[in-house]
Amino acid sequence: MAREMMFAEAMAAAIMEEMHRDPDVVFYGQNMAMTERDPFLKRFGKERVRITPISETAEIGAGIGAAMTGLRPIVELYMNEFMLVAFNQVINEAPRLRYMSGGQVKVPLVLKAGFGFAAGWAGQHSNCLYHTMMGIPGLKVAMPSTPADAKGLLTAAIRDDNPVVYLHHYMLMLDKGEVPEGDYVVPFGLADIKRAGTDVTIVATAWMVKKSLAAAEELANEGISAEVVDPRTLAPLDVKTIVESVKKTGRLVLVDQAPRQSSAAAVIAGEVAEHGFEYLKAPVRMVTALDTPIPYSEPLERYVLPDEEKIMRAVRSVVSRQSAGA
Amino acid sequence: MTRAGSPTSERLVWMYTQMVRIREFEERVKRTFTEHPGVMRGHAHLGDGAEGAIVGALATRSEHDLVMPSYRCHGYPLVLGTPARNLMAEIYGRKDGVCGGFGGSMHLADPARHFPGTSGIIAQSIAHATGAGLTAQVKKTGQVVYCFFGDGATKQGGFYESLNLAAVWKLPVVYVLENNQYQAYTRVSLEDANEMAGDPLSQKAQAFSIPGKTVDGTEVLEVFEAVGRAAERARAGKGPSLVEAKFYRLSAHGNAITVPPVPTQFPEHEAVEVYGNKAEYAEWKLKDPIAKFRARLTAKGTLREAAAKQIDDRASTEMEDAVQFSLASPLPTAEDAVKYVYA
Repeated sequence: MAREMMFAEAMAAAIMEEMHRDPDVVFYGQNMAMTERDPFLKRFGKERVRITPISETAEIGAGIGAAMTGLRPIVELYMNEFMLVAFNQVINEAPRLRYMSGGQVKVPLVLKAGFGFAAGWAGQHSNCLYHTMMGIPGLKVAMPSTPADAKGLLTAAIRDDNPVVYLHHYMLMLDKGEVPEGDYVVPFGLADIKRAGTDVTIVATAWMVKKSLAAAEELANEGISAEVVDPRTLAPLDVKTIVESVKKTGRLVLVDQAPRQSSAAAVIAGEVAEHGFEYLKAPVRMVTALDTPIPYSEPLERYVLPDEEKIMRAVRSVVSRQSAGA
Repeated sequence: MTRAGSPTSERLVWMYTQMVRIREFEERVKRTFTEHPGVMRGHAHLGDGAEGAIVGALATRSEHDLVMPSYRCHGYPLVLGTPARNLMAEIYGRKDGVCGGFGGSMHLADPARHFPGTSGIIAQSIAHATGAGLTAQVKKTGQVVYCFFGDGATKQGGFYESLNLAAVWKLPVVYVLENNQYQAYTRVSLEDANEMAGDPLSQKAQAFSIPGKTVDGTEVLEVFEAVGRAAERARAGKGPSLVEAKFYRLSAHGNAITVPPVPTQFPEHEAVEVYGNKAEYAEWKLKDPIAKFRARLTAKGTLREAAAKQIDDRASTEMEDAVQFSLASPLPTAEDAVKYVYA
């Protein structure tokens, strides 16, 4: 059974269901569960659903300590930038403690945060920081692009015995889609082909999947068949599915909202260069944000971010190229 | 187990024994740099001088209470029952180390003995201990979490955020501030507002409206008394407390930071090495918590001189065995480095 729901509802459903299933799951963060009317508080009580002060080091650090000792905390952080004030806990504590202990402890923790807001939030609340986190051994990074994936990946994150950064894109919050009811898990490390195609592979995440799908529809009118692949988790990264797709299409365009050198695209391009070079008929193209902070005013912001037009231009440029051997 | 109140004679002897074991262990770690150069890598931090604070606090524990200190972490697991052999082997980077050689001196862990793990970054483990308190509260385990950190950590955001959160949630945590008077190489009087105003560091507790008390950390029974009260309060669901044990670190912050192949060993204490103040060091050496406790126990007849010597000798034998065991323990298998990244 599936039901149409919004992205945000799908995430809430995952948390609700996992808290019901497992009494060790706790959920806390700033500015949440402030009144008795809060649905989580109503259902699970104030021991398991808590409001916190603005104290990210304590929120995330306590989540780590709680996870080490038997709980499965979900820390609501709202915006990925807020992790920066406690980045030591995210990067240098949560993913290291198991390893440093020689495998004696586990840290089943979910750090949930929005990212990539493109609605005039300017320089400090619009960023994409996943590149730094996907490169940290011990940390997992999930980035859903649809309501169904939002639920399935969050369920998987809560059940995972490792620290998981679960990033949801602000511009997708109100998107609607069919979401399986009941137990629904999207396994980590499994990319999803969101649109099948034969001429070019577009790899995109989160909001960029939506933009890439829109671009692919336009390109179809020009006779270009684009395949859109969504890795869904950046760590672990499903290189195999991406390379398989490139093997089929021979061309790769990577769409990423982050600036070029802090993009997941740069990492994926490296993997394809090593594992799929012989399949490429054209150079890999990366459509990323410009190397600027995110500006406030709309035309400035739009200029900096990838969009359908930039994606189409990149696709046309690789499709028009003939491979040397062809 | 006895908490606040008077420990039995047997318990007093146990306390003395643990203090001596910690000192002997730390002495052997320190000597390793000269006796077996190259065996230890990286940075080691010793707890000599802290024995009164460590043992005084841990003597108030109930069986399942958790212990979460910082990277200066050798002493606690010794008291909790982790074999000295496996602790020393970890510090030597050997296969038989308590963490299999993956952690080293700064990252000892023995969760099966209520010692979940340690962080090498100042004040970060205060937040972890606070979270362990959350587990105890949510799962109603009745556990108290003993969180240890140094004076330097009380200038970090993690300290303030954690104590506020613990006070807001009334978490069962006892925060033991080991004021050894030096933050790495910097004297506390150069960096602490309370100290500069002539106030105790435990005054910081007032910021969170929780009890704060300063005791003489060279007097193990003073620590026992204050931490015992704090633990009772935590166990009764009344929330956290801050206990400052003021003492003096008897070794330098850590072994000298050198680049291989330059050998490393412990320099003189910062009082001498950095500040040229031999008198200060000599004065505190006279307040050695172990010597003071030994004198007290023998004077009261709780411990005969011969029995005290036997305890000292046993600790010496135990730690010699730990050193020999660790030297003989194999190095880890290189390919195992990819293990344990993910659960």
